[in-house]
This record gives sequence, structure tokens and C-alpha cells, in this order.
Amino acid sequence: MAHGHKLEIFRGLVKFKSNTQKIWGVLVFLTIITAVEVVLGIMKPEALTDTHVLGMKLLNWIFIILTLVKAYYIAWDFMHLRDEKSALRRAIVWTPIFLVLYLVFILLVEADYIYNVYKDGFVSWNF
Amino acid sequence: MDSTVTTGTETSVWGGGNQPLGASYGKLMMWFFLVSDALTFSGFLAAYGFSRFKFIETWPIADEVFTHVPFFHGNYPMIYVAFMTFILIMSSVTMVLAVDAGHKMKQNAVIWYMFATIIGGAIFVGSQAWEWGTFIKGDHGALETKGGRILQFVKADSGERASLSDFAVSLPGERVIHERKNGLWFFDEPTLTSFSLEEVVEGFKADPNILIRTELINEEGEKTLLDRQASLAKLADASQVVEGANLIHNEYGSRLFADFFFFITGFHGFHVFSGVIINIIIFFNVILGTYERRGHYEMVEKIGLYWHFVDLVWVFVFTFFYLV
Repeated sequence: MAHGHKLEIFRGLVKFKSNTQKIWGVLVFLTIITAVEVVLGIMKPEALTDTHVLGMKLLNWIFIILTLVKAYYIAWDFMHLRDEKSALRRAIVWTPIFLVLYLVFILLVEADYIYNVYKDGFVSWNF
Repeated sequence: MDSTVTTGTETSVWGGGNQPLGASYGKLMMWFFLVSDALTFSGFLAAYGFSRFKFIETWPIADEVFTHVPFFHGNYPMIYVAFMTFILIMSSVTMVLAVDAGHKMKQNAVIWYMFATIIGGAIFVGSQAWEWGTFIKGDHGALETKGGRILQFVKADSGERASLSDFAVSLPGERVIHERKNGLWFFDEPTLTSFSLEEVVEGFKADPNILIRTELINEEGEKTLLDRQASLAKLADASQVVEGANLIHNEYGSRLFADFFFFITGFHGFHVFSGVIINIIIFFNVILGTYERRGHYEMVEKIGLYWHFVDLVWVFVFTFFYLV
């Protein structure tokens, strides 16, 4: 946090007068997202659980996207990545994102393959 | 030349005191640690995803596992864990306010915000311990089959879960207690469940209102309920009674679920715990005026980064364990 704070969120849509005010604003936003997640998780609207996108329920995609949104605001405003130099920010953010996407892709594809082996292969495990 | 080091004259580049990327040494090292720790947590969560996709048809449904709230009876899925999430986000906010007050060199404000952060962290760790306790103690009890699958019980008329105590009969019998002197000394008496397998099986046969629910998830996303005939046939596979969850048996379903639950929330809880300890140390340093004398509160900022990271990880754990 070398020289002051950037006091805008949502690409300048919301501007705050001071850093303290921005913190409370971000808290309100994160609380609303958490509340939406919990309400969706309890209600489980059928329109969202019956629709599948890329092999996963739409509801689960919504949860994951909302989580990433929360993670973004925690990292950008609470960990003040927004105020760091862009080189540092990119090094911190893209390194894990690349490695995690790679790992998740490999593990989930492999797991799906094993699921099919258990299901169709001559392996008895559910007895 | 904004991105290059600007410390005055050309020669002083080698004179020390430079900060690459505009971040001090300590802060940069904290980020190194956080990135590697993030990869560790990602590894755990990806392994969880692996096991879950492997047993996608039989994985436990989190809403049915975590349904309790302290001091309240009844079925409240998600409520308590949402509360825990809010507590952690709230303590993140007080932490970032402490950092902000540190930048303005307001010692008293830093003290109070740090204090609130520590309290929030303690509440979170306590809640997690309670959550573990409830999970270990278990809810309704179940049977485990020879293949390690779980059979749970449901009341046919109401569709509610049936506890073992609702239908198991009492069969008095002689039991030889294993003592160290009359056997292999390193074998201990196994923990006894509230009911023996025979008592549960006999009770099930006597009560036509009880049905068996298997781990298999049907197309509606619910666990498969067997009819009475199939239930009785399935009962023959049962090998033991399971109450609660540990690393080997898990009454809620797949034992891998319990393993990952203990491992990931435990690892996260350990992070929160060490965060609270470090916060307390910094808290006393602030009171003693260490950073006032040093002229800056960067130490508060560094522990702040760690604390927000713990919050960040919890956001993901919350999603992948409780929501998805």
C-alpha cells in the first residue's frame, strides 16, 4: 500500500470517500452474497437444480461463481491487492489460478473415469 | 520509468533498501507463503473433488449432515455454518480496520480493532470445535454393510429419519469382557455402540414402519429409499452398527467424506488457531508501543494479510463442503 488507496469498486460504479467507508461497503456486499448463497442452498429452486450446464447443476455453478466473486473482493479490498503494483498482483493471482485449473482438470477427469470403471467394470464394491 | 526502482541516484541501486514491486521484504515473503499455502489448500480441495467425483452417486448430502445449531433442537441445515462464515468475514473487517488505523498511527484504534479480531477468531474456532463434536457424536445411527456401505433408517409414514433407539429392541445377553490379563495385552476392548447388531436387526423386523435408505442418490437428488421387501433383503448384508463419524466409520455415508471433513476443516481450523495466537502476540506488541517506536505498523498489515487469507480459504471450504 505504497501511495494511498483506490476508493472505487465495481469499476468505478461505487465510489467511497474514505478507506474505512470502502471497507464497510465491501462488508455489506460480501454479506449480501453470503445471504444469497445460504437462501439458495436452503431453498434449492428446482429450475436451478434441474438445469445442467457442462455436466453440473446450474445451482452449483452459481455457488462457485459467487464464491469467486467473494474471493475477488476479499483479495482486492481486504488484502488490498487493488493498491499493489499490477506486476505483483498478476504474479500472486495468475500463478495459483493456472496451477489449480490444471490440477482440478486432471483430477476430475480421472475421477470420472474411475467412476465409470466402478460402474461398468467387473468390480463389485457396493455390497 | 514508473516500474523501475527509484531511489534517487543511479549508484544507490546497489546500496540496499530497494523494494522490488513496491512491497517490503516482509510483505513480499508473506505473499510467497500465502501463495504456497493457497496451493496446499487447493490440493486438498482438488483431492476432495476427486473422491467426490469418483463416488458421485453415493456421496453424502451436506444438508443432511450439518443440521444442528447450538441450544436449538430441530433441523436447521446451513444456518450455523452461515453464521460462522459471517463471523469470520466480520473479523476480517475489523482486521482491515486495524491495518487502516495503523497507517494513520492511531494506537488505541489498532488495539481495539485487534481485540475484536481476536474475539471473532476465537468464536470461529470454538464453533468449529462444536461442529466437529456434533459430527463425531452422530445423529441417528446407521448400519454398515460388509462392503463398507451405510444403511440408514427412515420412518415409512412420516418420511423422517429414524434413530436406532426408535425401533431397536433390547436383547439381554452375556458378554465376556476382554481384559488385558486374559488375552493379547495390546488389544483393547472395542467401543460398544448403544445397540448391538442383533438388537437393531430384530427391532427392524418387528417394526413394519421402518425402511432402509441406501447411499445411492436417485434422479431427484435424494437418497434411494428401499421398500419393505428390499429393506429386509438388504439387512442381511449388515455387518455392524455405526454411531457418529470417525476416520474409519461414518454413519452419514462415505467414510472418505468424514476423512476429508476432518482433514480440510482441521487444517483450516489450525490456521485460524495459529492466526489467533499470532494476533494475540501482535496485539500485545501494539499495547506495548513497539510499532509506535518503530514508526510504522507494517507488522499489523502482514498478519492482516494472513488473517484475510484464512477467511479467503474458508469461503472456498464453505462452498465445496456445505453448498455444492
